[in-house]
Amino acid sequence: MSEVILKVNDLKTYFNTDDGIVKAVDGVSFELEKGEMLGIVGESGSGKSVTNLSLMKLIPSPPGKIMSGTAMLDGVDIFKMNDNEIRKLRGNRIGMIFQDPMTSLNPFLRISTQMIETIMLHQDKDKSAARARAVEMLEMVGIPNPSKRINDYPHQFSGGMRQRVMIAMALSCDPEILIADEPTSALDVTIQAQIIEVMQELCRKLNTAVIMITHDLGVVAGICDKVCVMYAGRIVEKGSNDEIFKDPKHPYTQGLIKSVPRLDRPSKGRLYSIEGQPPNVIDLPECCPFHPRCEKAMDKCRNTYPPLKVFGKGREVSCWLYEGEK
Amino acid sequence: MADNILLQVRNLKMHFPIEEGILLRKKVGAIRAIDGIDLDIEKGETLGLVGESGCGKSTTARCIAQLHKPTGGEVLFQGKDLCKATGSELLSARMGIQMIFQDPYASLNPRMTAGNIIAEPMVIYRERKMLDISKKEITSRVEDLMEKVGLSKHFKNRYPHEFSGGQRQRIGVARALSLNPKLILADEPVSALDVSIQSQILNLLDDLQKEFDLTFLFIAHDLAVIQHISTRVAVMYLGRIVEISTAEELYKKPLHPYTEALMSAVPIPDPDIERNRKRIILTGDVPSPDKERFGCYFYDRCPKRMEKCKSSIPQLKVMEGKHQVACFLH
Repeated sequence: MSEVILKVNDLKTYFNTDDGIVKAVDGVSFELEKGEMLGIVGESGSGKSVTNLSLMKLIPSPPGKIMSGTAMLDGVDIFKMNDNEIRKLRGNRIGMIFQDPMTSLNPFLRISTQMIETIMLHQDKDKSAARARAVEMLEMVGIPNPSKRINDYPHQFSGGMRQRVMIAMALSCDPEILIADEPTSALDVTIQAQIIEVMQELCRKLNTAVIMITHDLGVVAGICDKVCVMYAGRIVEKGSNDEIFKDPKHPYTQGLIKSVPRLDRPSKGRLYSIEGQPPNVIDLPECCPFHPRCEKAMDKCRNTYPPLKVFGKGREVSCWLYEGEK
Repeated sequence: MADNILLQVRNLKMHFPIEEGILLRKKVGAIRAIDGIDLDIEKGETLGLVGESGCGKSTTARCIAQLHKPTGGEVLFQGKDLCKATGSELLSARMGIQMIFQDPYASLNPRMTAGNIIAEPMVIYRERKMLDISKKEITSRVEDLMEKVGLSKHFKNRYPHEFSGGQRQRIGVARALSLNPKLILADEPVSALDVSIQSQILNLLDDLQKEFDLTFLFIAHDLAVIQHISTRVAVMYLGRIVEISTAEELYKKPLHPYTEALMSAVPIPDPDIERNRKRIILTGDVPSPDKERFGCYFYDRCPKRMEKCKSSIPQLKVMEGKHQVACFLH
């Protein structure tokens, strides 16, 4: 284990808009080890999805642009690859599952056509072998009677089943990395539980590393090994699952965990809430973007962005509170 | 009817017809969105309604407000059956029932200013001479309401697109309050919001309830939210209510197998608890409500089904205290 397969360093993705430059992702670094599950949590607009779209070079350009940064996959920088190389990477070495299973499948094509296309494109297989592989994958994700259902169109599947098809498709070429962008947010809880179980089981079996993007802290707590918390385009805190939930250091993480109502802890009365709104990421001044909402804000926070404080391996916090600590 | 009961729903049914044919439309079936539910909402309480998508939660709220004409049953609001009410009776009853919608983007008219949106219900009732209020009073009430929901009154000339999602939801709340309603039907009011904004709105609703003595029917699919805000919780499945209980009781002792599975599927943000939890994973999806059922509605997915469940429909049965459950196991 513990072999780093993806190392992202200082990724910056900006969008040019009429109102100014939107710094959607502003200096994000993280490492992904073989076979682990990394959770990226944050609210809407915090840059979770843009980070991962950047890794696949799927940012529409213009207006978007990857300004700087490297993403080393087995010693090769993804951002320096040409279109041809990227095409070989997408779907083959990095698979992706999107939030909305309704829109990410082509409604005009049979599941078989869509799956076989992916497999034939990336692997040296003829049509019947690719079909056999597709059926095998569908069986693995728990679709009943896969050899028949593979000929169905997407609308013949329910939401949960479609998400299973997406997982099967994303994993059909044995990718090293699976990026799951809010894979269960559009699903009901009972279906969510099914999908998470399938994902967890399969990725463990195939030893695929997963980047799980979500806003649901409960999902992260259940399955991830490591967690990155994002706010306004930057990672404010990083750590193992236990560290983040038991000993959150950044005031934003603390607030986020406290403001979720919990089923196991009936709390009548007021919920903890972080006042104010997430900031607009256009022309953000050089300050801690969380300071207007932070209870522990100091003068320093209003003027300079806090440096990264490292507390041992993989445990990092960006907050002035911990400046002096060892 | 007991004094403390504000709204009674009796055997409410909403069957949407499925039609076929181009010129001669023929009814070939029905989507049984709600298939016979009974509910009592007491004054001052928050009744949470929870269930998966398609189980009929929103349709229930819409039938109570008579936005859909129910195909059967009664909705008694302060003793009056709204299903049989005439136009003007309904209009005056609706003054006491207001709604908050899920999507703060779609539920506000983009061409109206925030102030006009909040004033609109009062303006409508004023024009019909059902509300004695001057234009000046409306303006001051709008400003008042905006402050109450945590918006600056200087924002009243702004348009919805100038507000964030959380702020828009506050406008929706202010609009619902403008007629001093007794009952608010909140249809997934926090589902579209981020966690940190969600808790702000939940606190706001809680404060307003105390201040204006409001009664809520609160619909959500998130059990943790429901449990936090509700006094009592009703669990729906496929157009039927399967269990009603107080919020604490329901979590401590869920009786219906569906409630149990639902509870165990909700992720809890604590890695220790998550690692040691035993999940009940239901197989399959929610079936389509397009056919008449003669057995338990949950039969197809129930892990504890029995022979009896196939052929007869369990009715809600009162257990200890206020706990009611519709299951043959009990």
